[in-house]
Amino acid sequence: MADQDIDEHSGVETTGHEWDGIKELNNPLPRWWLIVFYISVIWAVGYWVLMPAWPGISGYTKGLRDHSERANVAADIAALDEARAEATQRLINAPSMQAIENDPGLQQFALAAGRSLFGDNCATCHGSGGQGFPGYPNLNDDAWIWGGALEDIKTTIAYGRRSDHPETTNTIMMAYGRDGLLPADDVSDLTNYVLSLSGQDHDAAAAQRAPQIFASQCAVCHGADGSGDRAQGAPNLTDAIWLFGGDRATIYETIWNGRAGVMPAWEGRLSEAEITALAVYVHSLGGGE
Amino acid sequence: MTEQRATPQGLGTDGMLIASFLGLGVIYWLFILARAADPLITFHAYVFILAFILGLFGLVIRATNPPSDGRGAYAMDVVKAGVFASVFWGIAGFLVGVVIAFQLAFPEIFYFENAPWTNFGRLRPLHTSAVIFAFGGNVLIATSFYVVQRTCRARLAGGLAPWFVFWGYNLFIVIAATGYLIGVTQSREYAEPEWYADLWLTLVWVAYLFVFLGTIWKRKEPHIYVANWFYLSFIVTVAMLHIVNNLAMPISLANSKSYSLFAGVQDALTQWWYAHNAVGFFLTTGFLAIMYYFIPKRAERPVFSYRLSIVHFWSLIFIYIWAGPHHLHYTALPEWAQTLGMTFSIMLWMPSWGGMINGLMTLSGAWDKLRTDPVLRMMVASVAFYGMSTFEGPVMSIRAVNALSHYTDWTIGHVHSGALGWVGYISFGALYCLVPWLWKRKRLYSNAMVEWHFWISTIGIVLYITSMWVSGITQGLMWRAYNEFGFLQHSFVETVQAMHPYYAIRAFGGTLFLIGALIMAYNLWRTARGDIRAAEPQPQPQPQPLAASVPAL
Repeated sequence: MADQDIDEHSGVETTGHEWDGIKELNNPLPRWWLIVFYISVIWAVGYWVLMPAWPGISGYTKGLRDHSERANVAADIAALDEARAEATQRLINAPSMQAIENDPGLQQFALAAGRSLFGDNCATCHGSGGQGFPGYPNLNDDAWIWGGALEDIKTTIAYGRRSDHPETTNTIMMAYGRDGLLPADDVSDLTNYVLSLSGQDHDAAAAQRAPQIFASQCAVCHGADGSGDRAQGAPNLTDAIWLFGGDRATIYETIWNGRAGVMPAWEGRLSEAEITALAVYVHSLGGGE
Repeated sequence: MTEQRATPQGLGTDGMLIASFLGLGVIYWLFILARAADPLITFHAYVFILAFILGLFGLVIRATNPPSDGRGAYAMDVVKAGVFASVFWGIAGFLVGVVIAFQLAFPEIFYFENAPWTNFGRLRPLHTSAVIFAFGGNVLIATSFYVVQRTCRARLAGGLAPWFVFWGYNLFIVIAATGYLIGVTQSREYAEPEWYADLWLTLVWVAYLFVFLGTIWKRKEPHIYVANWFYLSFIVTVAMLHIVNNLAMPISLANSKSYSLFAGVQDALTQWWYAHNAVGFFLTTGFLAIMYYFIPKRAERPVFSYRLSIVHFWSLIFIYIWAGPHHLHYTALPEWAQTLGMTFSIMLWMPSWGGMINGLMTLSGAWDKLRTDPVLRMMVASVAFYGMSTFEGPVMSIRAVNALSHYTDWTIGHVHSGALGWVGYISFGALYCLVPWLWKRKRLYSNAMVEWHFWISTIGIVLYITSMWVSGITQGLMWRAYNEFGFLQHSFVETVQAMHPYYAIRAFGGTLFLIGALIMAYNLWRTARGDIRAAEPQPQPQPQPLAASVPAL
C-alpha cells in the first residue's frame, strides 16, 4: 500500500484503505475488552466442567457437581408434599366438614389452599372475588341454587352440575317457546307473571292470564309460589337475585330458549383434599349456610 | 459480469427472465386457484396473481420509458423506493404496536367481538412482523443496496434483479400481513407465514444474495468494507435460519395449512434457534452494518479500530448461533443444552460490545458534533441502547435470573430497548442521512424537527423500558410468592390486575415513539421535495457523498 497514512486527530495510522471517504484506524483491541472476553470464556469453561454441558453419542457430560434440575424439582415437590402431608390427611379424615371449620389450625390451612385453588380454577367464571357474572352464580350472597351448606358446596364442586360426571344432576330449564311447548303469547304472559313475583313493573292484565300456566308448567320445579327448589336446582323467582338477569327481555329469553348452565366436575382433576379445602373456602366467602 | 442496461426499446435478458418468471407465476397461481381447498389460499392466490400482473405491467412501462438512473454509475431509484417503504411500514408497524398496547391496558375497550381480525392474537404478529421484517427489512435492503454500491464503487449487479428483490420482498410482507388478519398462521413466533409465503421469500432472498454478491464481485475497491461483511453474514444466515425453521409439509399444494417437520422439544429448539438468531443476524449484524457505514460517514471520522472490527465480527457470528437455548430454560429441553445456551450468551457479551466500542470511539475527535447534529446524536444514542440491551441479554440468559424474568414483561422491555432504541434509532439516523443524499438536497427540511423527534421518542422509549422492568419484576415476584403453607400467594388474574398501570404507561410511551416517527416522515417528505423550513435559514453543512472524498488534511 501507500506510505503510512496518519490520522491527524489521534495520531494513529490508518489501514491505508478508503471506502467512499471512510478510513479505518489501526488501533489495537482495547485491553479491558480483551480481558473481560477472556474471563467470560474461562468462566464458561469452568461452568462446563461443573455442570451438565456437552452432548456425546449416548449421553452428555454430567459435570463434577452432578447437578440435575429434574431431580431438584422432584425433591422440592416431595418436600412440599411432606410438609403438607399431615394437614392434608387431617382434611381427608375429618369426621365432618363442620369439624374442619371448628379446628382453627386446620381451617386456616384449608382457607389458604382454597384461596389459591379458587384463583387458578374457579375465578375464570365466578370472578376473582367470587362475585359471579351473568350465568355464573355469585358465591358471596345468601342465594344458593343447589344449597350453601358445606356438604352441598362440596358436592357441587366434586360432581359438577350438568357435567359429564356420572353422579351429577341433569335437570334443565326447558325451551318452552323454541321447542313449541307454549305459544308466544303464553311465554309473554308468563314473563309478566314472573316479573310480578319479584315485585317488578309488569303488565297486570297479562300476568292475570298466567297463574294457570305457571301452575301446570313451572311450579313442579320452581314451586307453587315460585320460591324455587334446591333439590332440582330451580332458582327462587321471588327475590331480586338473578342468575341470567331479571329484566323483561332476559326472562322472556330464558323461558323461550331454556337454560342449562354447566358447572364442570372437579373430581379427578383436583384431589379430595383440594376439593374439601375449596368447599371450606367458598363456604367462608359470605353466604355459607 | 457485464453491466446489464435497459435499452430504450426492450428489456434485456434480466427483464425477460423476470417477465417469464412472473408469467409462470400467474399460471401456477391460476392452477392453484382452480383447485383451492380453502378460502384463505384462494385470497392469497388472487393477491399473487394481481401482484405478478402489476409486475408485468411495470416491466412493459419500463421497457418503453427507460428510467433516469438506468445507465448511471449507481442504481439509486431502488434505494429511494426502499426508503419510502421503510417509512411507510415503520409507521404502520408502530401504529399496530400502539393499538395492541392499548388492547392490553384497556382490554374492555379495545375488544370487538364481531371483528376477529382486530383480536390481539392476530394483531400481535402483525405488529412484530411489520416492525422487524417490513420496517427493518426494508431499511436493511435499502441501506445495503446503497452502501454496497458506494463502498464497492460498482453499480448493483443483476440489472432489474434489485427491483425484483424490493417488490418481491414487499409482496411477501403483504402476503404475511394479510394472512395474519384473515387467520393464516403456522404459529411459530416471528415465522408465522405459511409455507407458500415462506417459499416465495426464499426465492426473493436468493435473488438478494446474488445481487449483493454480484455487486461485491464487480467492486473496484481492492478490499471489502466491514459493513459489507456484516450485510453478507445477515443475508446468508437469515437464509439458513428461514429455510430450516420453516421445513414443513403442506396438506396439499392448494391448502394454506402445513405441518412442521419437527415435533416436541426439537421443534421448540429449532424455533428458538431461529428466533434468537433472527435477533442476532437480522437485528444485530444487519444493523451493525448500517452503523459501520453511517456513523463514520456522518461524523466524518475514521472507524476506531480495524482489528476490533475483525475480531468482534468473527467472535459475534461464531458465538451468537449457539445462544438460542437460553429461551428454553427450565423446560423439557435437556439441561446440557440449557447450559450451552447460557454460557455462550455470557461469552457473547464482549463480542457484542465490540460493535458498540467501534461505534462510539469512532466519534473521538467529533464529539462536539453531538451538540449541533441531532441525526448523529440519534445514532450515538442508538449505539448506547445497543450496549445496554446486549448487556441485559446475557444477564437475562443466566438461569437464576431467567427463573425470575422468563415469561414476564421484562422480556418485552428488553426486546424494545433493542428494537426501539438500537434498531429504531440507527434506522432513523440512516434515513435522515439517506434522504438528502439520494434526492441531492443540501440539508434536511428541518433540524429542529429532528430534535423534537429525538426527544419525544427518547422519552417514549424510557417510559416503555422502565414500565416493563417494573411490571416484569413485579410479575415474576408475584408468580413465585408462596404463603406459609406452600400455596401460591397470588392467582394469575391478580398478577394481571397488578400490571394495569404499567401497561397504560407503556401504551403512552409507545404513542410518543409513534409521534416521533410521524414527525420524521413529514420532515423526510419535505426534504425530498427540496423544501427548507422558513424558520431555519442557515444551511448546515451535510456530508456530501457525491463530492470527491478529499482527506481532511
